[in-house]
Amino acid sequence: MLSEEEKTEILKEVKQYPYPSAACIDALKIVQEHRGWVSDEAVKDIAQFLHLSNEDVDGVATFYSRIYRKPVGRNIILICDGISCMIMGYETIYEYISKKLSIQFGQTTSDNRYTLLPVSCLGDCDHAPAMMINNDHFNKLTLDKVDEILEKYK
Amino acid sequence: MMERPLTQYINPLSPPLTLKEYQKVGGYAGVVKALKEMTPGEVTNLVKASNLLGRGGAGFSTGMKWGMVPMENDSKPKYLICNADEMEPGTFKDRYLLEGNPHQLIAGIIVASYAIQAQKAYIFLRWAYKKAETELHKALSEAYQAGYLGKNILGTGYNLEIVVHTSAGRYICGEETALLNSLEGKRAIPRTKPPFAVTTGLFGRPSVVNNVETLSWISHIVEKGADWFKGLSLTETGGTKLFGVSGKVKNPGLWELPLGVTIREILEEHAGGMLEGYGFRGLLPGGASTDFLIEDHLDVKMDFHTVAEAGSRMGTGTMIILDNKTCPVAFLRNIERFFALESCGFCTPCREGLPWVEKILTAIESGKGRMEHLDILKFQTRYMGPGNTFCAHAPGAAEPLQSGLNYFHDDFVNHIKQQKCPWKS
Repeated sequence: MLSEEEKTEILKEVKQYPYPSAACIDALKIVQEHRGWVSDEAVKDIAQFLHLSNEDVDGVATFYSRIYRKPVGRNIILICDGISCMIMGYETIYEYISKKLSIQFGQTTSDNRYTLLPVSCLGDCDHAPAMMINNDHFNKLTLDKVDEILEKYK
Repeated sequence: MMERPLTQYINPLSPPLTLKEYQKVGGYAGVVKALKEMTPGEVTNLVKASNLLGRGGAGFSTGMKWGMVPMENDSKPKYLICNADEMEPGTFKDRYLLEGNPHQLIAGIIVASYAIQAQKAYIFLRWAYKKAETELHKALSEAYQAGYLGKNILGTGYNLEIVVHTSAGRYICGEETALLNSLEGKRAIPRTKPPFAVTTGLFGRPSVVNNVETLSWISHIVEKGADWFKGLSLTETGGTKLFGVSGKVKNPGLWELPLGVTIREILEEHAGGMLEGYGFRGLLPGGASTDFLIEDHLDVKMDFHTVAEAGSRMGTGTMIILDNKTCPVAFLRNIERFFALESCGFCTPCREGLPWVEKILTAIESGKGRMEHLDILKFQTRYMGPGNTFCAHAPGAAEPLQSGLNYFHDDFVNHIKQQKCPWKS
């Protein structure tokens, strides 16, 4: 079941389009914002609310890289693996974080604190290497800087 | 002092100008002039005359695109869409404009929407651009309050609403018709063309999709005229352009320069040349989906037709530099992996060809390459080339690969002969 809060937020988005199904991606983002990820249950809830089939909504949900169809940790670390960040050494940053947290790309720490994912070019190539944690952007990364940044996310 | 109309009021270290501050320096003057003194057709003709070519990478005439939109009364509703889904690897120019001067973009969207008589505009924004999202919402609410948006704008009877749609990822959303599907809440799969978006676009209605940098020009052009715009460039294409450099250079960054400036000037004067200890081997002039250029091409002028004559594309105008300490095979593997991941999966050459290419490049780089791999890669550049695929995604991916195979042939052969990457000890 969608919560009243989720429904209100989705209806606000529905108003921006000529018909409700156009708000499918917005609805997925809203539900994910509330629940952390998009479960099978959430797919069904959205389908019912927007008069779509479950398969339609799942097709959309699985297409977009920022919709999570599996549970994620409290903080999501997105390391840019774009070409400029590769030239400027994102691999060293990745290996360091991976070792420090004992997880690889696609995995979540056992305390559920971090999920580590690669992300396509973040558009900050002149300050590479770059990464995001949740909604925050970081650039000109060094190993020292990474330690300090990670500490802030509990 | 050279004019820098797009970036003169942008200071990345301080917040963008508020509406009042922007008005004080003449912002929104083009909006007032267009809506109060010009007909929609006159605006379109002016933009056509300015020879503004689309800054998203394809370089199509903006005024011509608008001119294809049906203008009869029964053609409403119509839509103007700002493509702010910047995701071309190595490209960071729209972020600068979105974060730095959202009012400049909004003014442009108002004039463009007026020209095609759209009453609704969408800004399709990259999810990762959080600061841009905040600044855009702030600027939009100021514009509504000041009466530049909403009903009966400036008392002219013209109505316009601008909505920000923040995307949920995927490079293919930058493709015009895939973007429209995404705005309709669907999987972002490109559409068959024709019909083109200008007649059958968003929700089946006439729609124009323009890039952030393109739209940021519109209010300026209306205010100052087509001749002023043309005079800004060193070539017959009008205007300045945001050029960027990333990689192992002394001063990576972004500069607004006249179209027609040489690659050498951008690289040496603005980016400061290569970092100490690094040598130049080649560059992609306008993002990951453009052909390599090498030392011989440094005097090529950065403009759509001159870069095309040199065998590449100006694309987004943001260059990625390949240095002598970065393995060209690893460089290409990174790019092709990106394109393989971002393929929408709809058509076969793209869905199958790109992962195949990535696997072969990985094999070569890790010392498992065979000479016949080079023939397969060459075949793939044709198999994924223009005419064989549904959209420009795979042909774009084939560009750096075909030129990379040509210019760095010896490096490929060395990997295969030594059965290891010569850049790894």
